[in-house]
Amino acid sequence: MFDFVSFIPRAVVQGIPLLLGSTGETITEKSGNLNLGIPGIMYVGGISGVIGSFYYEAGKTAQDMNTALTILIPLGCCLLGSFLMGLLYCFLTVTLRANQNVTGLALTTFGVGFGNFFGGSLIKLSGSSLPSIIMTNTSNVFRRTLPFADKMGVFGKLFLNYGFLAYAAVVIALAAAYVLGHTRTGLHLRAVGESPTTADAAGINVTRYKYVATCVGAMIAGLGGLYYVMDYACGVWTNDAFGDRGWLAIALVIFTIWRPNVGVLASFLFGGLYILHMYIPSGMNLAVKELYKMAPYVVTIIVLVITSMRNKRENQPPASLGLPYFREER
Amino acid sequence: MDNKIAAVTMRNITKRFGPTLANDKVWLNIYRGEILALLGENGSGKTTLMNMLSGIYFPDEGEIAIDGKPVVIRSPKDAFAFGIGMIHQHFKLVDVLTATENIILGLEGKLDLKAAAKKIREICDTYGFEVDPDQKIYDMSVSQKQTVEIVKVLYRGADILILDEPTAVLTPQETDKLFAVLRNMRDAGKAIVIITHKMHEVESLSDRVAVLRHGQFIGDMPTKSTNAQEMTNMMVGHPVVLNIDRPEPLDPMPRIEVKNLTVRDVEGTVKLDDVSFTANSGEILGIAGISGSGQKELLEAIAGLQPVEKGSIEYIHDDGRREQLLGKDPFAIQEMGVALSFVPEDRLGMGLVGNMDLGNNMMLRSYRKGKSPFTNRKAPYKLAHQMVDFLEISTPSVETPVRRLSGGNVQKVLVGREIANAPSVLLTAYAVRGLDINSSYLIYDTINSQKMRGVAVLYVGEDLDVLLELCDRILVLCGGKVSGIVPGRGAKKRDVGMMMTKLGGKDDE
Repeated sequence: MFDFVSFIPRAVVQGIPLLLGSTGETITEKSGNLNLGIPGIMYVGGISGVIGSFYYEAGKTAQDMNTALTILIPLGCCLLGSFLMGLLYCFLTVTLRANQNVTGLALTTFGVGFGNFFGGSLIKLSGSSLPSIIMTNTSNVFRRTLPFADKMGVFGKLFLNYGFLAYAAVVIALAAAYVLGHTRTGLHLRAVGESPTTADAAGINVTRYKYVATCVGAMIAGLGGLYYVMDYACGVWTNDAFGDRGWLAIALVIFTIWRPNVGVLASFLFGGLYILHMYIPSGMNLAVKELYKMAPYVVTIIVLVITSMRNKRENQPPASLGLPYFREER
Repeated sequence: MDNKIAAVTMRNITKRFGPTLANDKVWLNIYRGEILALLGENGSGKTTLMNMLSGIYFPDEGEIAIDGKPVVIRSPKDAFAFGIGMIHQHFKLVDVLTATENIILGLEGKLDLKAAAKKIREICDTYGFEVDPDQKIYDMSVSQKQTVEIVKVLYRGADILILDEPTAVLTPQETDKLFAVLRNMRDAGKAIVIITHKMHEVESLSDRVAVLRHGQFIGDMPTKSTNAQEMTNMMVGHPVVLNIDRPEPLDPMPRIEVKNLTVRDVEGTVKLDDVSFTANSGEILGIAGISGSGQKELLEAIAGLQPVEKGSIEYIHDDGRREQLLGKDPFAIQEMGVALSFVPEDRLGMGLVGNMDLGNNMMLRSYRKGKSPFTNRKAPYKLAHQMVDFLEISTPSVETPVRRLSGGNVQKVLVGREIANAPSVLLTAYAVRGLDINSSYLIYDTINSQKMRGVAVLYVGEDLDVLLELCDRILVLCGGKVSGIVPGRGAKKRDVGMMMTKLGGKDDE
């Protein structure tokens, strides 16, 4: 019998980094910026948080640590690191009008290199015999659940068994959906992504919207990296352990047809597909396992095919996605 | 008239784009309760001048005064604050948003779509517009989109309206409707500026005309005291003959015979329904119809670019031999002498590569020629030079990317290249869209000279006056069906207009 009670929470914790990444990328793409640097930004978000908590945790016992600071220091470092990445992306693509794809891919390469460099340095500094940094105390704070969660049986296990960042991710996604759909800011942002000339003629500051959306998007995505290290990985940073979650987050944006609220459930589904191979008995044949690992990507391709075939205008990417905007260009 | 205070006064306005002088010390007055027609050839700086009023560009020199008070307009937002609204030639609308969302775009305050929709309905009732506030833009016809644009500026309380070539994409009936609305607004005391190339519109609509030439202000006068010939001469700078030639066809012979042609698009909608006609050599067959009535599909089917459901298209050689074009690939059809110069909405979409220079674009037609594995680069560049001279294409050099040329010049390059191929059938669509008078006439002359060479010309056009003056016969399409074929000589504009909107053109009882 398939064990849903243990499968679903694991799917959720797998899904949260994807949810944060895809919410960030959706906000970014709504401004017309195709930020392929998201995997790198999430990686930088993760390592920045690690750097912050490494120095705060160093030489302290759990009793010495102030709970608020334990959360705020890594959180602040993570937001700062990913914000700077978003700012760099904007400066290159909006102000200097560099090619968005090239810039994004460069940022991903840079971000992963940055993370591995500082990750490696910290491992050296910590003098650990394992190739990883372990921040158990910080992680314990990040993973703290409601005190009564354990006593609530299956309900508690399925819904209350997560750290605060997981709930924050869901709230951020729903808030993003509301802002995009029901406020003037959201309307203006969508207009910028669909047709910057129109937005400009309507008196909307295109450059500002692109900068703010991309930087906020990068910060949200960066939180995905932080959640991964502090909560999912129990405070253990290992170089390259983040894997291809960043790309999966970008795939999720397409899967959710640019709707962060759809992303909440879709990310759990993706999370589930991502770990499906561990739950389906496949015998000794490793090839079958590899096939199951393809599931999230196969589903994305199927969704792409279906949305392209239906050809409904609302389900298409923002019309000016990937294009630079220059007012006096003809 | 000049003793009342002008709603807008532009003094000594100069604007440069790099080395080019777009506006050179222009003076212009705009009055309330008056429709001003702003005239000038392509590239004479009309749109640039108006863009400075609407805050898109900022003048390098000169000053602007509203109601006598000097003002600075830095952004479209400032322009709205002064009551200036511009309806651009290329609509500034977001396709996936509704009419209401587009109209309130850029405004401040809490988002209340219901209240906005109510205000939009009120504006529509006042001036006689028809807009569904909840309709998405991509579901709208061109004239509906334009209405949304006009409501958008009225919603912001604009009382100085600028319309940049508003009729370029409208049918005669839609144009009449628009003009009625504009007259309503003028009578309500609004100041209206309209940019257009069509002389009969200037004469029927405007109260005053102002003329620009090469960025300089040439003069203005009441419309009543001038005429099309004088205005054109002012625009061009030398006398121009305003009649389109229509030589008698020389020895017309059937060249292309289309029978029972039916075409469906990818989604299965019927685009052409049982279309039959014959195009003769040495004759211009005009094709009239509301945009999207199947003109594009018809030309593409003949050129071999469009899959056909049923029917036949036969090419008839000089010796009477018939050859089926259906099933041939576009290259083979081209080799037989069928040339397609299609000017779609975005001009560069089909036929030319924007980032390539003139010479390379010429080469797109000739690169297959010759046996050598290397292409012949000299001939296309020579052809490009000849074309630049002959069609008066204004370009810094033949090495300039086509994208950098103005729309009119891009069209000349495209039409010129197709003609240089010495075709036996010339398919052309919207060949003069957006072109000024002088360039248009150059294109008409070129097409006429092809006709005299014995070429069968299919001319898809949107300006009925031109179709009626230029074509020997006019085929009218209505919703993909042939509504009728009328001789060009003696056809009435009203009749053809009716045939465009209703099969056969008869009023129902």
